[in-house]
Amino acid sequence: MIPAAFDYHRATSAEDAIAQLAEHGDEAKLMAGGHSLVPMMKLRLAVPTVVVDIGRVTELSYIREDGEQIAIGALTTHHMLENSDLLADQCPLLGAVAKVVGDPQVRHRGTLGGTLAHSDPASDLPAAVLALGGTLVAQGPNGTREIAASSFFTGYFESELADDEMLTEIRVPKCPNAGWNYQKFNRRAQDWAIVGVAAVVGDGITGVGLVNMGSVPVLATPVIDALADGASAADAASVAANETEAPADLNASPDYRRHLARVLTERALVASGVA
Amino acid sequence: MFVFRTGILGGRVDISVTVNGEPTSHDVEARRLLVHYLREDVGLTGTNIGCDTSSCGACTVHLNGESVKSCTLLAVQADGQDVTTIEGLAPSSDELHPMQEAFRQEHGLQCGYCTPGMVMAAVSLLDENAKPTELEVRQGLEGNLCRCTGYHNIVKAVLAASGQPVKD
Ligand code: FES
Ligand code: FES
Repeated sequence: MIPAAFDYHRATSAEDAIAQLAEHGDEAKLMAGGHSLVPMMKLRLAVPTVVVDIGRVTELSYIREDGEQIAIGALTTHHMLENSDLLADQCPLLGAVAKVVGDPQVRHRGTLGGTLAHSDPASDLPAAVLALGGTLVAQGPNGTREIAASSFFTGYFESELADDEMLTEIRVPKCPNAGWNYQKFNRRAQDWAIVGVAAVVGDGITGVGLVNMGSVPVLATPVIDALADGASAADAASVAANETEAPADLNASPDYRRHLARVLTERALVASGVA
Repeated sequence: MFVFRTGILGGRVDISVTVNGEPTSHDVEARRLLVHYLREDVGLTGTNIGCDTSSCGACTVHLNGESVKSCTLLAVQADGQDVTTIEGLAPSSDELHPMQEAFRQEHGLQCGYCTPGMVMAAVSLLDENAKPTELEVRQGLEGNLCRCTGYHNIVKAVLAASGQPVKD
């Protein structure tokens, strides 16, 4: 399978990439690791006429402390996340979720910014960033703005990013004492989650994110509200599928997905220390 | 300065890739996949194409020392970088790389189709984790499918190559 022809531009900086986006509009597509985009281009599900390669903008590859938060450059690979001592100490959920994305080859290339901007409801990391209450930094021609993860995902493979904006940084809170867990349910190694649940409870955070339970990565607000009212893990998990629009595919019916969401949420909450 | 040209068939690019320590350069379409660059432009056919959808790992090579699936990379993404293929592992024409030797000793292959990718993934795995447990080997090779062996002898080969005892 061969992608449709396109013109290639290798960006030397975020500013350069944004200038290219401004020039080519929605004809252009940013490519980070390319591990979501290239497969879609090979299937001709994506047919950009200009590819702007940001893979060499290495100044956007970092994980560092920033006050009460951890700041992660958009081009940080999953491999870097899973091996980061800083994340293991201060925000272990993120590294643990990165470790179960795809396979080692994919994790060498795939990036946190790429997976968020791609906004695939079946991806693991968006649900983790939602559960953590992360903040996404977008840069455009007129400077940067911050977008809460909870309002970033707007539709199936659609995000709050404008055509001329690029994700540059992701911020997650330090939460070294919080309980956390990620439940990924799939039948074969390296598959996407049929349903996944990311939970963080403690250190001032109560967050639960759901994978593959709708057209966007889902923040499980009914569960979070129930926990705030003092519900047990079992009672909070019983509302995990409320307000979701679980999709049907070859792997699972919507009913089965709703069942999985409840079971996996209870497991994730119990593992996070909720009684 | 990086050059790109627009033509009726879309952009072409001049790329230079160090493959197994040797400089290579070609004028390719921007959409050229790395695996096609290696097989057809450079002429190294040891890297196989299995699924063409980043599932099977048959096309695994190293990009700057890390395992990647060359069916899911554009050749232009490797421009100016170092690529190692299965042909570049052995130190000489009459000596195998220790991982190749271990696959041979432990009978870690049958038809051999997955083997180049499996060996490249295994070498990258040991670079990152010199003494993996059996479970870590199995998980570390999750991106590589083998339809023949049932994996047991592949796992044994990787453990043997790491210098650890192999149970029968
Ligand atoms: S051919 Fe590349 S992963 Fe199967
Ligand atoms: S030896 Fe035949 S596919 Fe692995």
